[in-house]
Amino acid sequence: MAKTLYDKLWDMHVVSEREDGTALIYIDRQILHEVTSPQAFEGLRIAGRKPWRLDTNIATPDHNVPTTAKERASGIEGIADETSRIQVKTLDDNCNEFGVREFNMGSVNQGIVHVMGPEQGATLPGMTIVCGDSHTSTHGAMGSLAFGIGTSEVEHVLATQCVIQRKMKNMRIRVEGELRKGVTAKDIVLYIIGQIGTAGGTGYAVEFAGSAIQSLSMEGRLTVCNMSIEAGARVGLVAVDDTTINYFKGRSFAPKGEMWDQAASAWKELVSDEDAVFDEDILLNAQDIYPQVSWGTSPEMVTDVYGQAPDPALIEDEIKKAGVERALAYMGLQPNQKITDIKLDKVFIGSCTNGRIEDVRAAAEVAKGKKVASTVNQALVVPGSGLVKKQAEEEGLDKILIEAGFEWREPGCSMCLAMNADKLGQGEHCASTSNRNFEGRQGFGGRTHLVSPAMAAAAAIAGHFVDVSE
Amino acid sequence: MKALTTVKGIVAPLDRSNVDTDMIIPKQFLKSIKRSGFGPNLFDELRYLDEGRPGMDNSTRPLNTDFVLNQPRYVGASILMSRANFGCGSSREHAPWALEDYGFRVILASSFADIFYNNCFKNGILPIVVNEQVLDGWFKNVAGNEGYELTVDLQAQTITDAEGNEVAFEVDPFRKHCLLNGLDDIGLTLQEADKIKEYELKRAEIHPWVFGQIK
Ligand code: SF4
Repeated sequence: MAKTLYDKLWDMHVVSEREDGTALIYIDRQILHEVTSPQAFEGLRIAGRKPWRLDTNIATPDHNVPTTAKERASGIEGIADETSRIQVKTLDDNCNEFGVREFNMGSVNQGIVHVMGPEQGATLPGMTIVCGDSHTSTHGAMGSLAFGIGTSEVEHVLATQCVIQRKMKNMRIRVEGELRKGVTAKDIVLYIIGQIGTAGGTGYAVEFAGSAIQSLSMEGRLTVCNMSIEAGARVGLVAVDDTTINYFKGRSFAPKGEMWDQAASAWKELVSDEDAVFDEDILLNAQDIYPQVSWGTSPEMVTDVYGQAPDPALIEDEIKKAGVERALAYMGLQPNQKITDIKLDKVFIGSCTNGRIEDVRAAAEVAKGKKVASTVNQALVVPGSGLVKKQAEEEGLDKILIEAGFEWREPGCSMCLAMNADKLGQGEHCASTSNRNFEGRQGFGGRTHLVSPAMAAAAAIAGHFVDVSE
Repeated sequence: MKALTTVKGIVAPLDRSNVDTDMIIPKQFLKSIKRSGFGPNLFDELRYLDEGRPGMDNSTRPLNTDFVLNQPRYVGASILMSRANFGCGSSREHAPWALEDYGFRVILASSFADIFYNNCFKNGILPIVVNEQVLDGWFKNVAGNEGYELTVDLQAQTITDAEGNEVAFEVDPFRKHCLLNGLDDIGLTLQEADKIKEYELKRAEIHPWVFGQIK
């Protein structure tokens, strides 16, 4: 029978099936970070268990690490916030105790888990990949089965190398046609979420396909799959093609020599069969997509840069209406307010959605020779990993950005979730390249507008949203 | 894990959809390396008017008296009722830890986000999908009757009100078994250790690059 890519990946990893429809699925890679792993290691210790095997795990701190060079200079001891320091140190201690390979805070290989994994070939096509982090869906962009898990499952994977799962349904979202000028992977995925809603993909593994997706670089595909969780889907996928295979060639943990040839030819099979049937099949036209900006407190509350905030008076459904009213109040927006009239206090470029080299390049291209508006209090560029930072500096992108008035930081999650010192003040509007605009996500009372890196850079310069393609 | 068989308790209504895990437990409380103690900061940004930080004395903080959990009539509630897409957002297991620590054992909603749903079962919480009409009725009943209670029977898979009206619900048999008996998944999976090893041997033959690269 014809299989989808998801079916193939699933079948490849089934260890055993139970009568009730659940299965034991083998996990090829687990990535660990400091926030969701301490209780899992503690669980192992209490039960006297050892990791099932070590060569499947890789760890790095990202959520809590400070991003100023000054605070980073003196290592873990230099982390000002005591609870953050303990958490980062606990990851080091646990990795040492159990023998897990870690890129610690001082390593050039350290970075946001979902940036670090693919860029070093630590996560590869055809693998099952888990992490105690919902944005693990990112790694599906290279034709792997990747999903976020909770801490109990992190412990379960450490101890057994497996998860217990029930198979999801198959959905395909095809975006066909040529993208308009200035429209990026981020705009595609925000547009998709706007169309299907934040629960539209719940229960599905979503394969992104179509010519507009195929035309994206690996970085762009990672951005799209990253936000499949914002559409409710734990799993996002893109089929393997030459772009995928070329991306992994020569990466440090990728196979070499004969083993590479063997791997690359196996990976070519990682596509949905032509006659495979999807439970849900959605077709979108790339020409309908313009640069996107979220106006509300859920990623589905999004429109394009020419759009405006909605008018609750026109909404009939009472629950929906109340939701929109609450979001407008929280965001400090008027009904029908134009997106381009939203003034910005802060700008954040980074995160596992848009903290890759291509994203820094896009921001630098817009910022080159310009200045951040005087009304913008802070504009941060936070590379997703040490290697992204290094590459950007080799290309001179840091200078362009600093010259324009941006701050150039050390790698980490930073203002994506504001667990470290980088955060929004109450009521501040932020153009952010991250993935969640929930209430308080970027700081207590902070107001997040999700956009692409180019749109964020353009907004920093104008002081309000503008269409980057103009 | 605490076993769960029947829960009879006050129902607290949280009448909104898309309740996300950042809302359930804001990130500043995720810095703890423990599994317990999150209850006092459940829904922190909704419960209090100031910005919460770990280690604060919550008894001195300004309360948002409009928020349901701050209303005296819902003190001691063990069943939380909400709307669609409950638990969306981050995978943080701190969300079910906080709900459980606060005293909730059952969550009723018209739909749940996948990871959160899964995390609940690992922490002795029963999430139940209930259709919108039934929920509408219960929201009305709760609003109109102080101390409104429901009884959830996991073995029988029923929810019953004080008048004996019964609604059936679905639950995966394996998860039900684990929850009824308070079983730890890891022990169960390790009973299949031979199968896992067999799988690894087979896999290493066809996809050798999966193993041994990370040292
Ligand atoms: S960058 Fe943001 S979304 Fe990504 S892993 Fe870090 S905190 Fe999570």
